[in-house]
Amino acid sequence: MLTLIARDLALLRLRASAVLVPVIFFILVAALFPFAVGPDAKLLTRIAGGVLWVAALLAALLPVETLVSTDRADGTLDQLVSRDLALETVAAARLVSHWLGFALPLLAALPVAGVLLGIDMSVLRRVALGLALGTPGLAALALIAASLTAGLRGGGALAGLIVLPLALPILIFGVGGGAGSLKLLAAASLVLVAVAPFASGAALRAGMD
Amino acid sequence: MHRFANPARFLRIARAVTPWLVLPGLAITAAALYIGLFASPPDYQQGDSVRIMYVHVPAAWLGSGGYLGLAIASLTALVWRHPLANVAGRAIALPGALFTAICLVSGSLWGKPTWGTYWVWDARLTSMLVLLFLYLGYLALSAAESDRPEARGAAILSLVGTINLPIIKYSVEWWNTLHQGPSITVTKNAIAPEMLLPLLLSVAGFSLLFAGIVLMRMRTELATTRVAVRSRRLAEAHA
Repeated sequence: MLTLIARDLALLRLRASAVLVPVIFFILVAALFPFAVGPDAKLLTRIAGGVLWVAALLAALLPVETLVSTDRADGTLDQLVSRDLALETVAAARLVSHWLGFALPLLAALPVAGVLLGIDMSVLRRVALGLALGTPGLAALALIAASLTAGLRGGGALAGLIVLPLALPILIFGVGGGAGSLKLLAAASLVLVAVAPFASGAALRAGMD
Repeated sequence: MHRFANPARFLRIARAVTPWLVLPGLAITAAALYIGLFASPPDYQQGDSVRIMYVHVPAAWLGSGGYLGLAIASLTALVWRHPLANVAGRAIALPGALFTAICLVSGSLWGKPTWGTYWVWDARLTSMLVLLFLYLGYLALSAAESDRPEARGAAILSLVGTINLPIIKYSVEWWNTLHQGPSITVTKNAIAPEMLLPLLLSVAGFSLLFAGIVLMRMRTELATTRVAVRSRRLAEAHA
């Protein structure tokens, strides 16, 4: 499993755009809001936390299209299966590598997007902590959606419809204040991480035969 | 359960049962709507708008009950590989989504005169809205994978959704109490018997119709598959 994660990360290093595009998209969505609601600094500061969360949710959709479909198309998955690896293991490894490749750059870009919205330092800290706890859940949902839509026509367009309703608890607990909401956020995220390898493995298997 | 796995036997039973669901369903619904719309008294607080309830409540029951049915069908499809379970899931999803939408629209129309607005972010309304989105996701995925012979993705999605549903419901309630107090509390007066009768009747009538529609849709899908298989065989014979 560690080998699989290392392989994924090496591939990510080769395709830097796969890592950068969601991050740039994240900053871009955050930068759209001042244009949409006006440059009123007070209003922007007030909505900054929520805007960053929405931007993160939308950015989480971008990698879905390529997350497993390339490995499925070029036969890597078949190779792994023929080596007696369970698809659940493959999915769990992909979950870890996807989280590393998606969440860490996102957290790094968070201050930039926050400054554009004139965010309060205390709010920024809370959003950062929330995203650190919530992105495993978002990565898990992205993996499930990617496995379900791999090889389907227009699969990428389906991702939003699949991911966003299920991501609602993460958004709610992520934006809500207080230590209690962070615990609930971690719990919701953990459930998704626990379910994802099995759902994703089953979906990949269903897509192979 | 596997006694009904034979599509031919299922079709025979379904064909016999369908009229017994649809005809009484239509009759009871018509009676319920007549009593509800004309022969029952208006509410002393809500006036005539209370009559929306006779459509709204059965739609809400079938929308949420339908998702339970979808989850059971999906579990059966994945665990026991029952050949008809996916057909049943697909047959349930569309009317389920439709009734959820009817529930939201009728509730919204009721909300305008009663609450003064078409939409409030009340916990229940929000949950129903998310439920509609879950249905739509299932429908979109099952439409996209319809050309796969062994399509199980939509069933997996509906089970993931079922695991998430309690979390979504809880989070929405938590969010609602955080942001705003309970702005609307419908007065908890027990329903008068002359209103309860049309309500129960319409719930029964709608449910019978729902079951009939599901059976008809299952028969349609099985027939479509059979036509496709037969025309493929004919084409091969001629080739």
